[in-house]
Amino acid sequence: MTIYGVAILAFCYVTGQLAGELLGYLIGIDANVGGVGFAMLLLILLNDWLIKRDHLDKLTEGGILFWSQMYIPIVVAMSAVQNVKVAVSSGFIALLAGIVPVLLCLATVPLLSRLSKPKPVDQDGDYYPIS
Amino acid sequence: MEIIIRFLEKNGLVVAFLLVGLIMYVSTIISIRLTNRKIPASAIAILGGLVLAYFGGIYSGGEKGVADLKLFSGFGIMGGSMFRDFAIVSTAMGASFLVMKQTGWVGALSLLIGIVLSFLGGVAVALLWGYTDAVSLTTIGAGACTYIVGPVTGAAIGASSDVMALSIAAGVVKAIFITIATPFIAPSIGLNNPHSAMVFGGLMGTTSGVSAGLAATDPKLVPYGALTATFYTGLGCLICPSVLYLLMHLIFPA
Repeated sequence: MTIYGVAILAFCYVTGQLAGELLGYLIGIDANVGGVGFAMLLLILLNDWLIKRDHLDKLTEGGILFWSQMYIPIVVAMSAVQNVKVAVSSGFIALLAGIVPVLLCLATVPLLSRLSKPKPVDQDGDYYPIS
Repeated sequence: MEIIIRFLEKNGLVVAFLLVGLIMYVSTIISIRLTNRKIPASAIAILGGLVLAYFGGIYSGGEKGVADLKLFSGFGIMGGSMFRDFAIVSTAMGASFLVMKQTGWVGALSLLIGIVLSFLGGVAVALLWGYTDAVSLTTIGAGACTYIVGPVTGAAIGASSDVMALSIAAGVVKAIFITIATPFIAPSIGLNNPHSAMVFGGLMGTTSGVSAGLAATDPKLVPYGALTATFYTGLGCLICPSVLYLLMHLIFPA
């Protein structure tokens, strides 16, 4: 059933986010540390386990896949609620303080990527760039 | 007219589904007809969202972009952190655990480098503008990490409210700039595979920017970038007001 998929996703979300909140609390900061990351890892593992036991039918899977297809529309809605006005109007220092670090970090992406052992492309599965 | 507006307001989330659907449709047409599929539809749609947010903010005077207009209040729910994180988690379905394990340590390294580099970049800009006290420098540097790290750090070390506002603005600019720039820069920095996406997420850190930027580049990369980015804000809140503040305090004693 579709709701099973949604519920599995919700279980991973709640468990992961709670772990992130707890971790933040334990190291004494007022922020969620890695909640989404824990939830994602949990979903990957759970998905694997369910497939092995053959508990995952098409409809259940659909309950999860629906949300991953809603991802871009949700991001569009998210960008529409950003405080763009303050970003544009708060002057040059905010613009530079936001942009300079990004450029610095972008320059190091290729450097760090080379550190992780590159694998032949086909091992990651076929790669289709979207249109 | 008033009845219609009240009706749309009451059904905000569903109205948002409808409007975002329309934005996606129009963006797809623009992408195909005007850019010959050169610019992905999702990138156009996200840019459109930002433009809407700008005019929404000017018209309403609020802080939540278009969501401050009653007609568009559902955008606040649909684009809020709950739906966003829920959808991000679901993208993990198609991700490879093997890749994540292999890139794990580089991802952690990129987190540290990303925070320190962003911090230093923000501090350098603040220095150029004449700030010389450790508290303001640290707060603006923290804002250059994400718009959450900035105010959290500022509150912890007692920054003035205008510096806090500045640090939030810097973080918002960062998120928006990453959103817009990622699809254009991606080819020249080799951002086309899960490995570099994890490094990218760790270096950039701001979840909204990384997730939107990668979505506009290639949705397949989203889970990898999001996985590392999700640790960034927490780690930033940890080391900005502590280690990095002490460092600033040593270099710029009051």
